[in-house]
Amino acid sequence: MNDLGWIDLALRSARPRAVGALLRYFRDLDAAEEAFQEACLSALKTWPENGPPRDPAAWLIFVGRNSAIDSLRRQSKQQALPDEEQLSEDGTDAEADLAERLDGAHYRDDILRLLFICCHPELPATQQIALALRIVCGLTVKEISRAFLVGDTAMEQRITRAKSRIAAAEIPFETPDAHDRAERLAAVAAVIYLMFNEGYSATGGDAHIRAPLCDEAIRLGRLLLRLFRDEPEIMGLLALMLLQHARTEARLDADGNIVLLEDQDRARWNRPSINEGLALLDKAIRHQRPGPYQVQSAIAALHARAARAADTDWAQIERLYATLERLQPSPVVTLNRAVALSKVEGPEAALALIEPLGPQLASYFHFFGVRGALLMQLGRADEARASLDRAIALARTAAEAAHIRLQIDRLLNRGGEPCPSAN
Amino acid sequence: MLYALLCYDSEEVVGAWTKEQDDAAIAKLEVVQKELARQGKLGPVARLMPTTAATTLRKGKETIVLDGPFAETKEALLGFFIVDCASLDEAIAVAKDLGKASSSNGCYEIRPLSLFRPGAAGS
Repeated sequence: MNDLGWIDLALRSARPRAVGALLRYFRDLDAAEEAFQEACLSALKTWPENGPPRDPAAWLIFVGRNSAIDSLRRQSKQQALPDEEQLSEDGTDAEADLAERLDGAHYRDDILRLLFICCHPELPATQQIALALRIVCGLTVKEISRAFLVGDTAMEQRITRAKSRIAAAEIPFETPDAHDRAERLAAVAAVIYLMFNEGYSATGGDAHIRAPLCDEAIRLGRLLLRLFRDEPEIMGLLALMLLQHARTEARLDADGNIVLLEDQDRARWNRPSINEGLALLDKAIRHQRPGPYQVQSAIAALHARAARAADTDWAQIERLYATLERLQPSPVVTLNRAVALSKVEGPEAALALIEPLGPQLASYFHFFGVRGALLMQLGRADEARASLDRAIALARTAAEAAHIRLQIDRLLNRGGEPCPSAN
Repeated sequence: MLYALLCYDSEEVVGAWTKEQDDAAIAKLEVVQKELARQGKLGPVARLMPTTAATTLRKGKETIVLDGPFAETKEALLGFFIVDCASLDEAIAVAKDLGKASSSNGCYEIRPLSLFRPGAAGS
């Protein structure tokens, strides 16, 4: 790259490993971030001339650690270490090799710890996501506040509050055993999927602003899978995100209206993304250790494999939702199974399946959307209308409301067309 | 002689490209490829999926299937070009052209081919 863009990219991709290692040294998030900032400043000074070090993360860890130790020594009037310029002229690689030897054994747990502290159970989900974006991904507060559609100051405060809560809590520095590691991995995977959904479920005019949340979540998913290569659920998580994200461009029309899965122009789906998702799912299934992410990605894969909406294997999708219900019982999963069931056995069976969910999903937009559509198919127009009105009242975005209004128009004009919830 | 130009680079860096950056990178490389194709020197070109999609099979009496690439290294094999060059010097020159058009650091391993069957898959 002719410009200095490559330095930005190198710093960004080295960040999780470098900040993770510095956190282990300093046992303090602010100190680790500050040391990383110092190291980045040195990199901006020396890399354009000297070229990139062979292992940018090891370089940043070494320089970051030294600059922090150096400033401590300066404060205590002891002898300083050689400065960074000298360091990068001679023997950088040797020094970086040393840092690498020190860190190679740890970096998996370093990055996992860094992610894990962002997933602190005491933090509300939005703070977990914001913190992961700030600390692990290195997004600026401005970028994060744009992604969440809040003001910079509000987001700054949110992140500061989240950080002080973490500082007060105990950060687990000991090397985790297999059980702890599995638990951390599950918690981290859940927050990555939350981050993805935060970006993905935001439909409407602001959708393009929130795509970065999906991109970052996929980036973190890849990172996690590189660290834990043989975890089928992490393969499933990444496959799921890739398969869903592949549909992004087809999900809204030129006016920002929601386009249903079955009406989407499948030529606009991102093929490389789908192929990668399918490859990962294949790898995961080999392990024969099914889990919720794998099942959900298998469902997404069935949609991706159907050349036309009419080719969708709804019977298999219905069975997969039934599996998901057993693995992870939730009324929302049952609602989704009902949509599949309506395709296989008709609206009556589906309606019977969802009616008992009413009390639990009383404020859930999709419940009333699906219910209204099923009633519509059964020719119960008045009840359908009432359900769809309720859906409009519960819509979170203008696009969602517009989508339901369209259904109502169809109801008034022609009556009876299916309307699955998901797109 | 046919040469394989094997592209090694940091997956983390290349994976961090935005779609725009990625498209721009591919477009620049395509300029060089077009010229090679015009001269009748370009064979198959492949971009590999990330190493997270890779599976490795260890041969032996009992084969072992492992998740991940052959080796975990800072720079992974991300793709390759097959080019027809009269000499190693020419192959190096082609690699330099590709390198100039390329958007990242990393390197090309230049490896002469001893067998080449273009095959029919994917065409």
